[in-house]
Amino acid sequence: MNPMVLNLYGGMVSFLSYDFMKYAFLAAILLAPLFALLGTMAVNNNMAFFSDALGHSAFTGIGIGVLLGMKEPLFSMLAFGIFLSITITKVKAAQGFSTDTIISVFSSAAMALGIVILSREGGFAKFSGYLIGDILTIQPKDIITIAVMLCVVYIIWMKIYNSLLLVSVNRSLAVSRGVKASLVENIFVITVAVVVMVSIRWIGILTINSLLILPAAAARNISKNAAQYHWLTLGIGMISSVGGVLVSYYMGTSAGASMVLIAAVLFFVTYSISKCQK
Amino acid sequence: MSIHNRCGLCRIDISNLSVYSGEDILIENINMDFHCGQLTALIGKNGAGKTTLIRAILGERKFTGKIRYQRHDNQEIKRPITGYVPQQLTFDKNMPVSVMDFMLAGKKNPPVWLRQRKAEKEHILKRLEQMHCAHVANRKLGELSGGELQRVLLTAATDPMPDLLILDEPASGVDAAGLDLFYKTVSELRNQYHMAILLVSHDLDLIRKYADKVVLINKTVIEQGEVAEVFATDAFRESFGR
Repeated sequence: MNPMVLNLYGGMVSFLSYDFMKYAFLAAILLAPLFALLGTMAVNNNMAFFSDALGHSAFTGIGIGVLLGMKEPLFSMLAFGIFLSITITKVKAAQGFSTDTIISVFSSAAMALGIVILSREGGFAKFSGYLIGDILTIQPKDIITIAVMLCVVYIIWMKIYNSLLLVSVNRSLAVSRGVKASLVENIFVITVAVVVMVSIRWIGILTINSLLILPAAAARNISKNAAQYHWLTLGIGMISSVGGVLVSYYMGTSAGASMVLIAAVLFFVTYSISKCQK
Repeated sequence: MSIHNRCGLCRIDISNLSVYSGEDILIENINMDFHCGQLTALIGKNGAGKTTLIRAILGERKFTGKIRYQRHDNQEIKRPITGYVPQQLTFDKNMPVSVMDFMLAGKKNPPVWLRQRKAEKEHILKRLEQMHCAHVANRKLGELSGGELQRVLLTAATDPMPDLLILDEPASGVDAAGLDLFYKTVSELRNQYHMAILLVSHDLDLIRKYADKVVLINKTVIEQGEVAEVFATDAFRESFGR
């Protein structure tokens, strides 16, 4: 065998000989398709800013959990995330508001409230881990959680994808085809909220939105139809996630940020390809 | 749908339909009926409530009052099929959705990123061909010209054939040749399948040429009847300055 390949192979083996790396690797492989699926629609519906707000709102979710004396604030994060998504969707549907402004107000308020609660008596440093997350701390039971989440999201996706696609093209038209537009939109935002809140411990508040948006945005540059878009997003998401874990291992960097950086590079690559094709 | 027969007896009755937004009255006490095999034009100034009425008929807006779909033997059609061709679509032109994806998504198919049934794709191609737009089947929705997009939307709205076809300003953004082809196709559909057609348009010349009936609204119905009749009323002159 070529010595270089052998070397790389050896590197991989040593890398996977650590349990935490095995888990991180598995988690990345499961998280990538999860974020890719949801990302395709988040980008189609111009929701990049919405999911950003959702990520930031995790602060308040954690804050509420701390106030209630919860050891594990996941439930308060989920509850607040779902509440915020539905509220934003409702306000967005009421005409006469600029969506950007509304989301910005909610996002700022949710972030500020969370930080105020968490920084009481100067104790914010305890929670700074949430900012960039740590996928290397992932446990086998977390991986099972992610796998279950992936299965459930896939089932939801099989059911609502076409309806959601029609709504993103034109809402009235979707309604005329018998689509319950508000219902599918709410199912979608709740799904995004749950996935974001569950994953935030590992990916980080600051980087989670990019992981949702960037692979889809990169795939969109060169996709001509829904099938290409879906599979390319999946591929780009997978390369970014697994690549991010590898970079993190060899360079000691944050895995979440490394994933995002790879996805960003891929975005510029596909962007250049699309420009060359024209 | 079952193809409506030529009797002209199947009809859609709208009675006392009102839509409110908080305290504001958007439309009030709309009473009108339209029949299968007829093209009814809905006209009125901007802000008269045309779009609100259409949203109510589509079930997108809550309303009070009743909309009843009735077959020629007076039986009620419980679940009428509505086809809708929206005004200029404002969607993201870069969205990676092909015409075929769009057509497949409108029906009960597996998610469009999975492999689709061959028979279903062939059926859609045939329908697109009938509407003179089979050549765009694999193009992105955002790459179509105004006329092509309008024909694709009409194809989607008439598959399956609806009991009621709603055309909301279908002419905007379409050139003269495209417009003519569009209305010719609509007339053919009406003659062949006898569905009721409700058209919202500002183009009075087109209405004169193609509509069987006109309804003039301003929050409520002001005039309705034959095209020439309505066009001769004072209320019409007031609204359109003709």
